[in-house]
Amino acid sequence: MAEEILRLEKVCKAYNIGQPSEVEVLHDIDLRLEHGEFLALMGPSGSGKSTLLNIVGLLDRPTSGRLTIKGQDTATLGDTQITHLRGHTIGFVFQYHLLISAFTARENVMMPMLVDRGFPSAEIEKRATDLLVQVGLEKFANNLATNMSGGQQQRVAVARALAMNPDLVLADEPTGNLDTKSANGVFELMRQVNRNSGTSFLLVTHNLDLARRCDRIIEVVDGRIQP
Amino acid sequence: MNRWLPFEWITAVRFLREGRLQTLFIIGGIAIGVGVIVFMSAMLAGLEANFIKRVLTSQPQIQLLAPDQIARPLRVGAGEYEDARVQRPSQRVISIDQWPKIRTQMLAMPEVTAVAPTMSGSALAVRGDASRAITLSGVEPESYFKIVKVPDYVVAGEPRLTSEDIIIGIELAKDLGATVGDKLNIQAATGANRVLTISGLVDLGNKGVNQRSTFVALRTAQSLLGMIGGVTTIDMTVRDIYAAEEIAQRIQAANAVEADSWIKTNAQFFTAVRAQETSNTLIRLFVALSVAFGIAAVLIVSVIQRSKEIGILRAMGTSRGQILRVFLLQGGLLGFVGSLFGAAMGAFALVYWHSVARQADGSELFPLILERRLFVLTALLATLTGLLAATAPAVRAAKLDPVVAIRG
Repeated sequence: MAEEILRLEKVCKAYNIGQPSEVEVLHDIDLRLEHGEFLALMGPSGSGKSTLLNIVGLLDRPTSGRLTIKGQDTATLGDTQITHLRGHTIGFVFQYHLLISAFTARENVMMPMLVDRGFPSAEIEKRATDLLVQVGLEKFANNLATNMSGGQQQRVAVARALAMNPDLVLADEPTGNLDTKSANGVFELMRQVNRNSGTSFLLVTHNLDLARRCDRIIEVVDGRIQP
Repeated sequence: MNRWLPFEWITAVRFLREGRLQTLFIIGGIAIGVGVIVFMSAMLAGLEANFIKRVLTSQPQIQLLAPDQIARPLRVGAGEYEDARVQRPSQRVISIDQWPKIRTQMLAMPEVTAVAPTMSGSALAVRGDASRAITLSGVEPESYFKIVKVPDYVVAGEPRLTSEDIIIGIELAKDLGATVGDKLNIQAATGANRVLTISGLVDLGNKGVNQRSTFVALRTAQSLLGMIGGVTTIDMTVRDIYAAEEIAQRIQAANAVEADSWIKTNAQFFTAVRAQETSNTLIRLFVALSVAFGIAAVLIVSVIQRSKEIGILRAMGTSRGQILRVFLLQGGLLGFVGSLFGAAMGAFALVYWHSVARQADGSELFPLILERRLFVLTALLATLTGLLAATAPAVRAAKLDPVVAIRG
């Protein structure tokens, strides 16, 4: 049996608790993700996909229920431990690539390692260069993020998400802002990483074609996972 | 990336470099503020030093005198009352009682730097048909010149005071038509007179003083004024000029003398110095405040502009403490770099103003004092102001919820 990376049990998320405007966005979510799995998360806008992704990515906490990452119950962890777990276990790719504009492509890829270790080093630089080779952007290593196309920036974002060798990459509509060709390229890149290194992926997408190429599709509607 | 710099420094410097125009403007603002502080502080320090030099090198900082002579009713005892009007007696020139002992005591005080006994009185300087009333000051040159820098004021001749010499003010010399090497007949009210040779002419910076002042050897004055072995005043200088009044009060309480400090005898000047210091402090405070608000405003805008990047950094494992330090460092760096430019601007303005602003006689308005301490202190203060000003934006950045920040 494959190693379990992620488990959600009866996870709920509500906002404005106790106020007239209280709204529950996620209801009793149960989800399990195994090592090396490539999962597509689909659903209409406002269905709670991004909220679910934020909770899984430890950027937000559930109102109730249990979230376990690599067997560790996250409810018992403090802010510092959550930050550490997030940095070492999870990589993020966002829809709007969100590279740090003051840094070059290589420096953006180095950033998670720099945050973790405190100081730059030859080793960190080499790892970043290798990742850029992997995503086919070694020629753009010294380009500022603002001097690259959307597709190139998203590839850099994928390389950055892989920098800490995470067990899980969360991708929130990473191809939503790209043309078909670039979208295909970015998806294939992630699929290739998934196959080669066994990194698990949780991909939020509206693109049914891409979703069909994933291992499993889960649909969220009105904050519930559809059976 | 510089391998010696930690993540926070690298990110802070890059953020500042990227916001080029914003950074340049705020550094310009800080530089102007720091420049004003450096210029004003150095100029006022120079003006104050000039004033103090003029006032305190031409008079003692503390002067001990024989106490006033008072008339006491003869029959006043317990239970006895006398309806009498006590008239204030005229003040004879008398010597300070046991002055050598008092001088020794004064020299033993750690706050005191120099002590000089002097004998002063009125006399008449006669040369040919001309005669002028003078103030005769008998001094021991080796100790007195440490207190009143007579040699600095000598404009002709030399500051020599043997028993046959006299140093006189330039106006007196003009009135008597005398110059260095000429003889003067000094006649005291006691009837004693001596013929002395003018060894030097002094300009004490005040016409009236220059018309009356004369310096002779202590023994010469004692013999002329008929007070052999006596002194009328003991002049002193102290380490902390602003503590002079407090020291004077202590001396007066412990000895049978009246002690006057320069603060008391120059009350108006002292008030002016204090007022100048207060206004300078206020100006510095307000300039520092406006610099601090400028830095805070720029960094708050930066936090808002970079909220998505802060969110991304948090998502990739950056702690709140690291984010806090990135923005605190930006404030500190802005303050430090701004202070370097500001110090250079202030120093340049000061040198220029020093060369342009002159007194009526063409001499410098203030001495050019460019102390390293002022620049180091200003840089430290500006850096600290930058750090403090960055606190609110840094805390705001550190507290950003990554979900909200990424969503924008």
